[in-house]
Amino acid sequence: MSDEQQGAAWPQTIYRLLKEAKVTQVSYVPDGGHKQLIQHCTDDPDMRTVSLTTEQDGIGVATGAWLGGVRSALLMQSSGVGNCINALSLIKNCQIPFLTFVTMRGDFGEANNWQMAMGQATPTVLEAMGMVCLRVEKAEDIEETVSAALRMSFSASQSIAVLLSQRLIGAKIFK
Amino acid sequence: MKNGNTLDRRAAVKHILADRGDTLTVSSLGGPSYDVAAIQVDFEQDFPLGGAMGQATMVGLGLALSQPKRRVIVFAGDGEMLMSLGSLATIGAEKPDNLAIVVIDNEYYAETGMQRTHTGRGVDLAAVATGCGFAVARTIRTTAELDEAAPLIRSAPGPIFATLKVSTDIGPLFPRNRDGVLQKAQFRRALLGKN
Repeated sequence: MSDEQQGAAWPQTIYRLLKEAKVTQVSYVPDGGHKQLIQHCTDDPDMRTVSLTTEQDGIGVATGAWLGGVRSALLMQSSGVGNCINALSLIKNCQIPFLTFVTMRGDFGEANNWQMAMGQATPTVLEAMGMVCLRVEKAEDIEETVSAALRMSFSASQSIAVLLSQRLIGAKIFK
Repeated sequence: MKNGNTLDRRAAVKHILADRGDTLTVSSLGGPSYDVAAIQVDFEQDFPLGGAMGQATMVGLGLALSQPKRRVIVFAGDGEMLMSLGSLATIGAEKPDNLAIVVIDNEYYAETGMQRTHTGRGVDLAAVATGCGFAVARTIRTTAELDEAAPLIRSAPGPIFATLKVSTDIGPLFPRNRDGVLQKAQFRRALLGKN
């Protein structure tokens, strides 16, 4: 995450849209690109956050939340998407409305070759498990895309991944 | 193959769920979902998984956090629990006081040809749960221990963990609904009403 991203407005926009859509439970495996959004959620006494040890556990938490009548979202990095594949059976088999925000690595401008394999496979594996991927490249598209994702997941009962490109969040710089 | 345990899994689960009231359950694939369904097949306060191995405890956590006034009991196989030890750390950190995890521990992968699991090779799940900060963590081997633990599982401030050392008898299998969409809809309607 670049220093200038620290003050970016788009994490605040996602947080506001989650609030407006009555999403009250957010689980996450931390990622630098999600730092601000995680902070907004954990600072909110009306938002229940769950810190996970592995991304796949967020699939179960989201399923349980929906069974209990609560809208939730999962925040993770693209490297965690592969951990979720079989767990996504829950979402597909039970048609659970599901929304995840994936900060991309192995993407535009990546400097760490270890991130490339999973980053490039991320949309493929999500789509293979029946998810719809909506990609955001520019900050000005955040509001429209996140609004669309919220409507598609919680009104149309779909399984949606919003992929937040490295063009948006900035590629991690290694010195 | 035998493990020397004497508890009967079906009887133990039935004992725990006696007078269950409005308790909700989540159960993992294979034996545990049959153990719960054997009491009342396709009951709307039960959510049995037929796959997604390793996720039963986390479905239980999401449900417990969203329904803090309801008791949630997760019934998980020992293979399931070994796959998701990290979920015990997450539950221990979140400390939901309405959640209990019950492992039906026969020390074998019974679904796949009776290969041994780590719980039959010295791995102590209750010690893991203790280390993760569970309010109560028990290994239960006798009916007397079960009698003492059942009220804790049903209503003590959680998170509660109990691993039931059960025999390798699996009990009879029977037809039950496996349509996840229907199970979800039935569970939500019973819990939330028609909205």
